[in-house]
Amino acid sequence: MSRDVTLEHVTIRFGSHTAVDDAHLTIRSGEFFSFLGPSGCGKTTLLRCVSGFLEPTEGRVLIGGEDMRGVGPNRRPTALIFQNLALFPLMSVAENIAFALEVRGVGRQARRKRAVELLELIALPHVGDKKVYELSGGQRQRVAIARALAAEPQILLLDEPLSALDLKLRQHMRSELRAIQRRVGLTFIYITHDQGEALTMSDRVAVMSEGRIEQVDEPLAVYDHPKTSFVASFVGETNVLPATVTGRDGTDVTLQTDGGLIVQGFAVGRRQYRAGERCQVFVRPEQIKVAPPEPGPNRLAARVLAEEFEGNLRHVSLAVGGSVGGSGGAPAVGALAVGGQPLRMSVVNDGSLPPLQPDAALTVTFDPSVASVLPEGPLARA
Amino acid sequence: MSPNGIRVAFSRFFHRWGPGVGIFVTGSVALWIVLLIVLPQLAMFDASFRFNLPPAEIGGPRDLHTLSNYAALLLDGRGGINWLDLGVLGRTILAAVFVTILDLLLCYPIAFVLAHGTSGGRARLMVLGLIVPFWVNEILRAFAFRIIFGSSGVLNAVGLGLGLWAAPVDFIRQDVALYAGLTYTYLLLMIFPIYNAVEALDRNQIEAARDLGSPWWRVHWRIVIPVAKPGIASGATMVFMLTAGALAAPQILGGPSSLWFTQLIYQWFNEGGNWPRGSAYAVVLLLACILVTLLAMRVFKVRIGEIGR
Repeated sequence: MSRDVTLEHVTIRFGSHTAVDDAHLTIRSGEFFSFLGPSGCGKTTLLRCVSGFLEPTEGRVLIGGEDMRGVGPNRRPTALIFQNLALFPLMSVAENIAFALEVRGVGRQARRKRAVELLELIALPHVGDKKVYELSGGQRQRVAIARALAAEPQILLLDEPLSALDLKLRQHMRSELRAIQRRVGLTFIYITHDQGEALTMSDRVAVMSEGRIEQVDEPLAVYDHPKTSFVASFVGETNVLPATVTGRDGTDVTLQTDGGLIVQGFAVGRRQYRAGERCQVFVRPEQIKVAPPEPGPNRLAARVLAEEFEGNLRHVSLAVGGSVGGSGGAPAVGALAVGGQPLRMSVVNDGSLPPLQPDAALTVTFDPSVASVLPEGPLARA
Repeated sequence: MSPNGIRVAFSRFFHRWGPGVGIFVTGSVALWIVLLIVLPQLAMFDASFRFNLPPAEIGGPRDLHTLSNYAALLLDGRGGINWLDLGVLGRTILAAVFVTILDLLLCYPIAFVLAHGTSGGRARLMVLGLIVPFWVNEILRAFAFRIIFGSSGVLNAVGLGLGLWAAPVDFIRQDVALYAGLTYTYLLLMIFPIYNAVEALDRNQIEAARDLGSPWWRVHWRIVIPVAKPGIASGATMVFMLTAGALAAPQILGGPSSLWFTQLIYQWFNEGGNWPRGSAYAVVLLLACILVTLLAMRVFKVRIGEIGR
């Protein structure tokens, strides 16, 4: 059985520092929900608040509609998987897994039986009598999950549990976690600073910055339609163009970038921009294309600065000088129009684009519908 | 550690610190152990098997080995058992066990709070508060306890003033002062080993146990105490040994009816002028204490290596 979790205007302060600022959302029963944000954004604090180690300064935490104020971590229907797993080193693997049952006074035989079942579930049937230190990182990971599941929680809370693993194992554990979640059907609340983890596993993601929840959405929406500058710059690679609004037609916005380019984008959230308003335009590297010969919007004259080859993708850095059809002519190398940063273009390595020499001139373009125009706001630090 | 292991450890130590430091450290430690511990104990052990002779006859024809000193402790000389002295030995050991348990009960929570309940400034203040009273020397502290627990002392004044009891209680005759004094004297020897052991415990393990449904007592029973065990073992050993061997506190705080075994030893050495007899008593005390310690280690499944941690 799983339950939903509701945060009702939850604010958590430590002295004068506000760690979580007015978090207000509902996590659905059986959902894989992630909190994504850089370290120090308050996501772990929020998790500790749901698990019961912290009480909110303001607001309420409801689990299955019940107010959790005053209910200690040992009496909540949640189980937390710690970042360092916190397995008990002085106990065997089976004792670790059966600890929650031992607490409830379940007999030795029944505990042993349940531990064996859970070891089957995590596909480690023969490690019950081993000590924790005899296991590999990935095995410990799964034992920690089994130990939490033994408590029969309705909500499983995971605090960056994959961060200690190497890359290959991490990617493997992602699909494994998702599979376990589907099998047991529990509500999973997952904390991570790794957007890859959040986007691949989650049903929905909440992106956090400095204690505030910036956006709650499905992974695709978070990536394709970021609602704030922070989300746009934190999730995935992107080009940021500081600009000033020159005109508007519905959600289509025309802007002049600080580098003098005239570009078109769309107003996120149908925001009504006024001419002269400051804003930022976000375009993902994979949305920048080599322009076809026929005319269209957002055609930019560029020069190749450098190319990085990454197997499936080619990353090209471009100096962009002007909008083609306007002042014309290829820009001088070094004349960077994109907020002092080169414009980055990612191309799938399918042979369609011939090798690019440094200094080569080309025209690039992007569709106005993928250029998110957002009011000027703080960006995620690289 | 195997002899080979010790050799490797020594050569590493010399390699790391150079011959100067190596010779100084190993030399001074060896000197300390041999000169101040092993030789005196051996001398006392030997003396315990000799007659109490005037200086002129030492080394003479009458200076023979004998078991009479041990016999004097065990037998009363009239064919019976010397219940008086053996009783004092038994009571001393029991009292030392009692003080050790009392110290453990007091110090485990203090050590735990120190390691996991406070941080920074408050923890430093707590440690300071624990250490500073020990700047006052032991005799003075014992007399302070007399003042607190005496029949016209502070505790009686408060108790009588608040109407908690009607007539002055003789805490000294009841040995309350003695147990309190001994318990206090060896507090730090219990706190710091436990603190050391518990401090290494990952806080997340405590929280994990809580999160899995554990009430507080079980968190301690299953998670904290197993980690604290080596610290408890070394603290308990020290407190027990030193309490059983204490002299000043029993001398000053002991009631008229309670004699500490060390006081008997002291009497044989000083007032009785019988060093061999005193030596025999001291050897018996040492062996009894070692026996009790080994027994306790067996019962609580502590290995000797853990105490050194």
